[in-house]
Amino acid sequence: MTDTPIVTFENVTKSFGRTKAVDGVSLAIPRNAFFALLGPSGCGKTTLLRMLGGFAHPTSGRVLIDGEDMADVPPNRRPVNMVFQSYAVFPHMTVAENVAYGLKVTGVPKAEIGPRVEEAIAMVRLDGMAARMPDELSGGQRQRVALARALVKRPKLLLLDEPLSALDKKLREEMQLELVRLQTEVGITFIIVTHDQEEALGMASDIAVMKEGRILQIAPPRQLYEHPTHRFVAEFIGASNSFECEVLGIEGGMARVRAPLLGELSVERASADVRAGTLIVRPEKMRMDFSSPDPDPGEVLVEARIDQISYFGDLSVVYLTAADGRRLQCSRYNTNRIDKGDPPPGTPCTIGIHPEDLLLVGD
Amino acid sequence: MESWRAQPAVFWAFVLPGALWLLCFFIAPLALIWLLAFGERAGPVEIDITWTLANYAGVFDPVYIGLFGRSLWVATVATVLALVIGLPVALAISFAPARLKPLILLLIILPFWTNILIRTYAMIAVLRTKGFVNFGLEYIWQLGTVVLAPFGLDQAVMGERFVPLELLYNNTAVIFGIVYVYLPFMVLPLYATLDRLDRSLLEASLDLGAGQIRTFFSIIVPLARPGIVSGIILVFIPALGTFLISDLLGGTDSLLIGNVIERQFKAANNWPLGAAMSFVLLYVTFAVLALRAWVAGREGGLGKA
Repeated sequence: MTDTPIVTFENVTKSFGRTKAVDGVSLAIPRNAFFALLGPSGCGKTTLLRMLGGFAHPTSGRVLIDGEDMADVPPNRRPVNMVFQSYAVFPHMTVAENVAYGLKVTGVPKAEIGPRVEEAIAMVRLDGMAARMPDELSGGQRQRVALARALVKRPKLLLLDEPLSALDKKLREEMQLELVRLQTEVGITFIIVTHDQEEALGMASDIAVMKEGRILQIAPPRQLYEHPTHRFVAEFIGASNSFECEVLGIEGGMARVRAPLLGELSVERASADVRAGTLIVRPEKMRMDFSSPDPDPGEVLVEARIDQISYFGDLSVVYLTAADGRRLQCSRYNTNRIDKGDPPPGTPCTIGIHPEDLLLVGD
Repeated sequence: MESWRAQPAVFWAFVLPGALWLLCFFIAPLALIWLLAFGERAGPVEIDITWTLANYAGVFDPVYIGLFGRSLWVATVATVLALVIGLPVALAISFAPARLKPLILLLIILPFWTNILIRTYAMIAVLRTKGFVNFGLEYIWQLGTVVLAPFGLDQAVMGERFVPLELLYNNTAVIFGIVYVYLPFMVLPLYATLDRLDRSLLEASLDLGAGQIRTFFSIIVPLARPGIVSGIILVFIPALGTFLISDLLGGTDSLLIGNVIERQFKAANNWPLGAAMSFVLLYVTFAVLALRAWVAGREGGLGKA
């Protein structure tokens, strides 16, 4: 059965004393996914990962890997391997010894170990470093050792605990590409824990967003960004502008709402469960006019004043205060190299929002 | 560490007391003993420094060489035992809940609050023929007799009467005493190293398929090496020079070199010979330390190659 999920959490709860780190999580992770558990620190994502590794045990509920209940399976008997946040590369062993360790201790024949270690070291592009000691490696190289050490075991599941958090930005971007390449190459399910939304969006095929021990939404990156079901998800992933609103009526996938500044309009509901909540719109989906309002047909117009403009190179974020004192932000790509000059703070402007860019999400 | 140049007054204020202390109470007495080793007895209390080598020659008497040998052997066995007992203890403490750790460490150092002489006498009370161990064994013997009596097996299995074990006044008692007294010196440096050990290394080992025992020998022991070496040195060196424990717990055949040195200074009143013996013991200790430095250097070199 290849269509059964590789990992299943069945109503899993993990309590530490009175606090619930994981609270009734049910989750199925498909085979060959690059799955990300995303959330702020303390949301329970690492605890879920450690349950797969066998370093934490559910207080109630079941964890299944490849259809097998893991309750009584110790870490060293599980078909999973982990890349630890600190890498946990053995400091008293060379790169090759580190990579060989997992094969040696499980009794893989000596003749087989050599070639497999070599292959794994080449796969993470550490050729020529096999004899180095960990303290002679950079952080990025140590991470590659940790990756090779885990992948050489050919696990059913590779667990990555905040693998990129200790690397600087450039290296992090490089490793993101590298991880995606490795995942396609080895065809193993990767489960990554991260608090960095860019990391999750850039690498994962599916993302589960967690908050306070619960999973709020599971979706592919694009859907997560464009169709968040909760206000928390919308605000955790990317930036968003929110308008609290009154729902007047539900018509299929749409809702008739009344919101301050926007008036009465029909908007899409993020999911069938959303019957009340908040309207959100992404900053880059708002049109900004500094001079004469020149509305597109069907656009809703909002009057605002510029507070500040932050320049990030590829784009600029304009922070605004709307007529009712609400803070908004609006982003614009700097598509021209010529500086046309930003309007000074206090400049009035008109924001145009297409109702189809608005989404009604749950609170 | 260049600020000591900028603040010489502060630097010397911190260094001088310790330096003076070491000079007066360590370097100077040591130099005195070193000198005495080249002296000759000129009367009950007078010693002339004649730069004779006769005292050093006297140390190499086969009797004394045998005693050195036995001392090395006893110290080695005691150190190995202390390591074998101390490592699991240290490991257990480092894995104990954070709020229990100070309490357990306190229990480990609690014996230091009592004088070593009293602790060693206490060992006599424990080990002697009418001591606590034999009391316990006798109780078990009586219990066994009562249980087996209905079957008529009591005399056949348990013997006609309880024969106490001879636990005291032999080499075993001396080794036991050394392990008992110096165990904290093994446990504390081991704990200090193990407590700093990154737990994720152990998890990584398990994750890669190693069992607990394999993880212990392949990961914990190699990474605890600095602590193991410190512990060995801290136990081995005092064990090599001990005279109190062997004096109180040992029998006639468990004299150690420490006892002989003590006798030269006291009963035999042969300070020059005692001084020479002290220095030979010191050189042996240096040799052992040099050997360990050499081994460590070689292994370190091999690891990098």
